[in-house]
Amino acid sequence: MGLQAYIEERKKDRDLLVMAHVVCGYPSFEDNMQELEIMAEAGVDLVELQFPFSEPSADGPLFVKANEQSLKSGTTVDQCFDFMKRASERFPFKILMMGYYNTAFKMGEEVFVNRIKASGGVGYILPDLPVEESSNLHKLSEQAGIEPIILMTPTSSDKRLAILGKASRGMVYVVARKGVTGSKTNMGDDVISLVERCRQHTDVPMGVGFGISCKADMDFLRGTADLAIVGTAALKTWESSGAEGLRVFFAELMA
Amino acid sequence: MDIFDFSDGREGYYGEYGGVFLPEILHATIEELLVCFRECKADPKFWQDYVSLLQNYSGRPTPITHLENLSRQLGGAQIYVKRDDLNHTGSHKINNVMGQGLLCQRLGKRRVIAETGAGQHGFATATMAAKFGYDCKIYMGAVDIARQRPNVFWMENLGAEVASVEDGQKTLKDAVNACMRDWVTNMADTHYILGTACGPHPFPEMVSWFQSIIGMEAREQILKQAGKLPDRVYACVGGGSNAMGIFQGFFDDDSVELIGCEAGGLGVGSYMHSARLAYDDATVGVAQGYKTYFLQNDEGNMNETHSVAAGLDYIGINPIFSYLWEQGKVRFEAATDSEVKEALKLTMRTEGLIPALESTHAFVMAIKEAPTMAKNEVILINQSGRGDKDIFTIADALDDSKWKSFIAGKADQYRAEKK
Repeated sequence: MGLQAYIEERKKDRDLLVMAHVVCGYPSFEDNMQELEIMAEAGVDLVELQFPFSEPSADGPLFVKANEQSLKSGTTVDQCFDFMKRASERFPFKILMMGYYNTAFKMGEEVFVNRIKASGGVGYILPDLPVEESSNLHKLSEQAGIEPIILMTPTSSDKRLAILGKASRGMVYVVARKGVTGSKTNMGDDVISLVERCRQHTDVPMGVGFGISCKADMDFLRGTADLAIVGTAALKTWESSGAEGLRVFFAELMA
Repeated sequence: MDIFDFSDGREGYYGEYGGVFLPEILHATIEELLVCFRECKADPKFWQDYVSLLQNYSGRPTPITHLENLSRQLGGAQIYVKRDDLNHTGSHKINNVMGQGLLCQRLGKRRVIAETGAGQHGFATATMAAKFGYDCKIYMGAVDIARQRPNVFWMENLGAEVASVEDGQKTLKDAVNACMRDWVTNMADTHYILGTACGPHPFPEMVSWFQSIIGMEAREQILKQAGKLPDRVYACVGGGSNAMGIFQGFFDDDSVELIGCEAGGLGVGSYMHSARLAYDDATVGVAQGYKTYFLQNDEGNMNETHSVAAGLDYIGINPIFSYLWEQGKVRFEAATDSEVKEALKLTMRTEGLIPALESTHAFVMAIKEAPTMAKNEVILINQSGRGDKDIFTIADALDDSKWKSFIAGKADQYRAEKK
């Protein structure tokens, strides 16, 4: 089942799905596995596994630290793919690779898509790879049957959204506001009108991310987005209150 | 040769290198910048304003000096130096900064941000922001702040906010990332004054264009003073903006050999250097918005870099040079930290010049090669910055004991005042 079909299937029972995020190897792969267990229990639908990169220029302070610490502790691409494989075999949610383009570029685009496929991933998010540079990678992805996730943003013109819409497969990642990951977003009419604008250019499901941290944000997005994307808030909870805290966090979020 | 004519290829690409690799949220901002830059480049009035601003504010044109003593002592080629160290704020960085300051007026933005390594680009940007009335925030790695306090002092006193970057290696590359993070948040009123000919298109072209004033002046001056074109032109290469600046004056002169001098740090095989092209350690990658040769590992994560000169201590090289190097148009060599210290001492003693540690890398290669050349041959070195403002770094590099006891005395004095 493709990503879009999967999302539509899950949406039959619930009106707003959840995509969560972990940074591979931070604090450790053991911690990551525990986080995923909690996410699976809570019924999370999709998980992004971020492959750490030394120059994470689209990330906010917490993920910057996580990328840095993970690399410092010796995390490799092989370990990340191995973890992806174990996780995809064990949990019901679908998995996306998230990272920066250099990781894909260095191993070669064909190897990159084949390794995601072989590890049970269904797609990838590369925030620093613009659609102009993606044609070969998108072609390879189509052949392999995995999805490149396109980002749409508040600064994208309608002309730009049309180009992005044409390239989108599986789902779209709608960036709720300017800035980097991890700061609070004031959910308001502009987010709703942004998602509406994005929908005019593609039929794939819409995930909204950047600054989603609590049940109130979920309630706000219900009826507008298909998925809420939760990143920093979950890691923050894990750091401050561990497994039990994270269990409560997702229980409340998805109540 | 016009490397900026993209009509036969991809816009912003030099061979395989360059491009734009930025988050989607910046797409509109970089498009806006590109359109504005194209207008400025096509407008002769803009260039006239730029040149007269530099004449009135920064002391351009900077002269060329014949190093008669050094040439005689080495017994080979005649060595001339382009004196961009004589600019206001002490380096060529002001050229690019003033150009982008004018462009920022056309963009209608009121706030500027910049990364800085050694502090020279931050210092120049703070100066420009004070003159133009922009709000200014400079991102600087915590490690660099610790080794370049005098520049931080000036930036702050010129009214800029200096933010200490605590991520990664806490040096120049991390300051670039911090700027990107500010820019994706504040692009509506903020222009990012990138300091070198790196980063996403159109920055490599734009910075090279502003710096081309060095080469334009230098070609005319050397013809007048030496009576001929130089046989070789040497410039240090960190990101590569001063080298692009002077080399562009000679791109159409096939008889002129162009030599880029990178930071060899502790030397070949040490993995403690910043030589992307002169050594074999760098490979092609994509980071910080562009594709070029980076000092990185097999998985694409950046390696630690090192140089005695903070301004050369950087992971990537401008994409234009990656292309010109492949084409055989520019030769790349590296000078080690210890060679730099020796060349600096020699230049000070024989000529009374104090090149910045960065620029001294170019002197090393010229001093090495001059004796192998004929007496009627001509060498031109770009002295991109002056070293006297780097007194702390140079005193450290030269391990000057009298300086150390002076600083210790000064510290005692401050401590006593505190009590």
